[in-house]
Amino acid sequence: MYVAVKGGERAIENAHALLADARRGERAVPEISLQQIDNQLALGVDRVMCEGSLYDRELAALAIKQARGDMIEAIFLLRAYRTTLPRFGASEPIETGAMDIRRRISATFKDLPGGQVLGPTFDYTHRLLDHTLAQESDVASAATAPVDDTPYRSVADLLGDNGLIERAAPQEGQGADVGDLTREPLSFPAGRDLRLQNLARGDEGFLLSLAYSTQRGYGRNHPFAGEIRFGEVEVEFFAEEVGFAVPLGTVFMTECQMVNQFTGGDTTAPCFTRGYGLAFGQSERKALAMALVDRALRARELGEETDAPAQDEEFVLSHSDNVQATGFVEHLKLPHYVDFQAELGLLRKLRAEFFERNGESETPMQDAAE
Amino acid sequence: MNAPAINTAFASQAAFRALMEATAQPGEIRTASALGAPAPLSPATAALVQSLTDYETPVWLDDAFARVPAVAEWIRFQTGAPIVQEPRQAAFALIADVEAMPDVTQFALGSEEYPDRSTTVIAQIERFGGRAFQLGGPGIKTSRTFAAEPLPNDFVQRMAVNRELFPRGVDLVLVAGEMMAALPRSVRITEGF
Amino acid sequence: MTAPAYNFAYLDEQTKRMIRRAILKAIAIPGYQVPFASREMPMPYGWGTGGVQVTAAILGPNDVLKVIDQGSDDTTNAVSIRKFFVKTAGVKTTTTTTEATVIQTRHRIPETPLGDHQVLVYQVPIPEPLRFLEPRETETRRMHALSEYGLMHVKLYEDISRHGHIATAYAYPVKVDDRYVMDPSPIPKFDNPKMNDCPALQLFGAGREKRIYAIPPYTQVVSLDFEDHPFEPYRHDASCELCGATDSYLDEVITDDRGTRMFVCSDTDYCGTRRAMGHGTAAEDTEAAHDDR
Repeated sequence: MYVAVKGGERAIENAHALLADARRGERAVPEISLQQIDNQLALGVDRVMCEGSLYDRELAALAIKQARGDMIEAIFLLRAYRTTLPRFGASEPIETGAMDIRRRISATFKDLPGGQVLGPTFDYTHRLLDHTLAQESDVASAATAPVDDTPYRSVADLLGDNGLIERAAPQEGQGADVGDLTREPLSFPAGRDLRLQNLARGDEGFLLSLAYSTQRGYGRNHPFAGEIRFGEVEVEFFAEEVGFAVPLGTVFMTECQMVNQFTGGDTTAPCFTRGYGLAFGQSERKALAMALVDRALRARELGEETDAPAQDEEFVLSHSDNVQATGFVEHLKLPHYVDFQAELGLLRKLRAEFFERNGESETPMQDAAE
Repeated sequence: MNAPAINTAFASQAAFRALMEATAQPGEIRTASALGAPAPLSPATAALVQSLTDYETPVWLDDAFARVPAVAEWIRFQTGAPIVQEPRQAAFALIADVEAMPDVTQFALGSEEYPDRSTTVIAQIERFGGRAFQLGGPGIKTSRTFAAEPLPNDFVQRMAVNRELFPRGVDLVLVAGEMMAALPRSVRITEGF
Repeated sequence: MTAPAYNFAYLDEQTKRMIRRAILKAIAIPGYQVPFASREMPMPYGWGTGGVQVTAAILGPNDVLKVIDQGSDDTTNAVSIRKFFVKTAGVKTTTTTTEATVIQTRHRIPETPLGDHQVLVYQVPIPEPLRFLEPRETETRRMHALSEYGLMHVKLYEDISRHGHIATAYAYPVKVDDRYVMDPSPIPKFDNPKMNDCPALQLFGAGREKRIYAIPPYTQVVSLDFEDHPFEPYRHDASCELCGATDSYLDEVITDDRGTRMFVCSDTDYCGTRRAMGHGTAAEDTEAAHDDR
């Protein structure tokens, strides 16, 4: 005998209890701490902060722990938390030129003021599984140079001195209000401010693939990594009540200045164009990909053809957000019986009519005709 | 949640809900009231301002309101809404002298693509009674008799112009004391019983 | 239990104001999709965040809330959303359609006719009825602005020439007050006629797509069709195995591995109420429900 489905509430509670149990895993294994996640899975924390759009290492570590290491779930947790936070305003623009640099490389100049600083990087490591890490290891402290607090201007700015590259903030106007897509729904065409915000929050994998597609000819950018820098920058907030900007603290950022193909022609002198990437923490792949996609999205503004996916603003900006994407893809798990029944009924009817027309009889069931 | 915060939240919800119902059923009277606003702000106008405006919604005041500096001060203090000089810039326009109210085309009417980017006009009248109109359109089963005064002599023509602009246009809220009725742009209006 | 860390109904007051302003515009322009700055909610996009934000913005302490998914109060997502509002707003909830002042729904309109004191809040995944004909927002927005709906009719007519019928069984497009073509959310087209001249206010929230739209009470809502192919609602030609209803939308349930099937009301409140009134004994016509040849 059929019994109408009941007990959804209890089933949900039981599922949540099973989740908590699975999250903890084997009880004999020590529980992971937020400090361990923050310190030893630091790049994961960086990614969650960046796409979660909230700079807080401890909360990001908590989100990773709660999400059992599922990064998109962790990003979602952080975003949902962010919704509930009161907003006091926007910080002053950060000055990446004054960054306390931990890593800084240029692919366009062999040497430059401040030099090439490799810093902590996977680059040039041989990707051989290091079995010594399977045990607790005793790692000696690395030798570091004394802190150099000289501000080093970016490669793009150095090029800009000679007019070889376009100015950083062209027509859209410095000092103009910067949009915020979390406060105003995106409409198209979007300004570069909103595009960059969207890309900064966008899924690393999605941006990576799009960036890759531009390198393979779908919207060629002709890029040079002018500079990638990673380090600590100060954040300031202009406080109305005191009348000046007060420091709030420091954040680690990765910035990528991409130098791209020329623009210019009869009326303007030829110069390189820019693509820009900026991400929380050490997120180089993300910053590079973002810079390539940013440049691709500038195609229309620069009078180039716009026929590749990465150049299609509506396509890119509408699908870059992994919290939106995962929600909608995963909502297919929700019940759809009502719609499925409606389709089933229609399909049965069409089939019945098909077989009738063709003089065949359908087996075995045809009760659904109206 | 402390008590003042929750009371503000509930008062704000109640005023909104009253206007939502009034907009859904044009010509139906609903009530809302906020205390402590300076004259000539009526209790219902004050409640709507507190409920719906903030730093994201420019507010325009007609001369009769603008003459009283306490009105703008109260709005700024209560809501943080910027006071603008042109009705066309306003998300909300407040009218104390309804007979002198600007033509609908003076306000933001939205665009064909974004007709929602338009002004909501809140105009204070003396009473819901007297001069009668017939209303039709969405929210009205067959037709509804509606009475309000004073209103500009050519009120019906103005509303016809507004309807002609549809989906662009302004949405009008009439307020008398604690009472309110809405005439959204979708309404069709004729004079008489 | 209330969660003290959050505001009444979860959303902060500034967010509610923004949503409320969008709702008012939506009611004033029936069927037009108002963009709003949808927030990230603590449930995933695509799982009712739009409906939840609309409900949170309108809900007051005296409301009685009903939440249904697939017509049922007890499906997992309905339970989850109802619990969310009990926890964050402490409102009274009900499963009885007639007792509710606010009904949030996914994919169904209740069978019991709604009254003018009620608000029906729909969860909407894709608010744009033209989206599958034209993926670009810039284009569809222009088409709405110009009332340029020819493409939709062409699509529906292509169905007819290919299948002999309009091959849309749910989310069947409607025209509201003779102006905007609107997506009614993925309700079965069986429910479409209930939208027309409905005494209740109908609000639609699409969180991921950041749109709110509305149908005021007593508004003309017409399902798109052609003179030679008029709109026809569909239901399984059967009666409910449990309550005997012959007028309700039915879920088909497979009861064993041999494919034995039965039909039951999708609207659990409607079905339960009928059974409580003594309907559903073998006396009523249930022959079609056993039709599993």
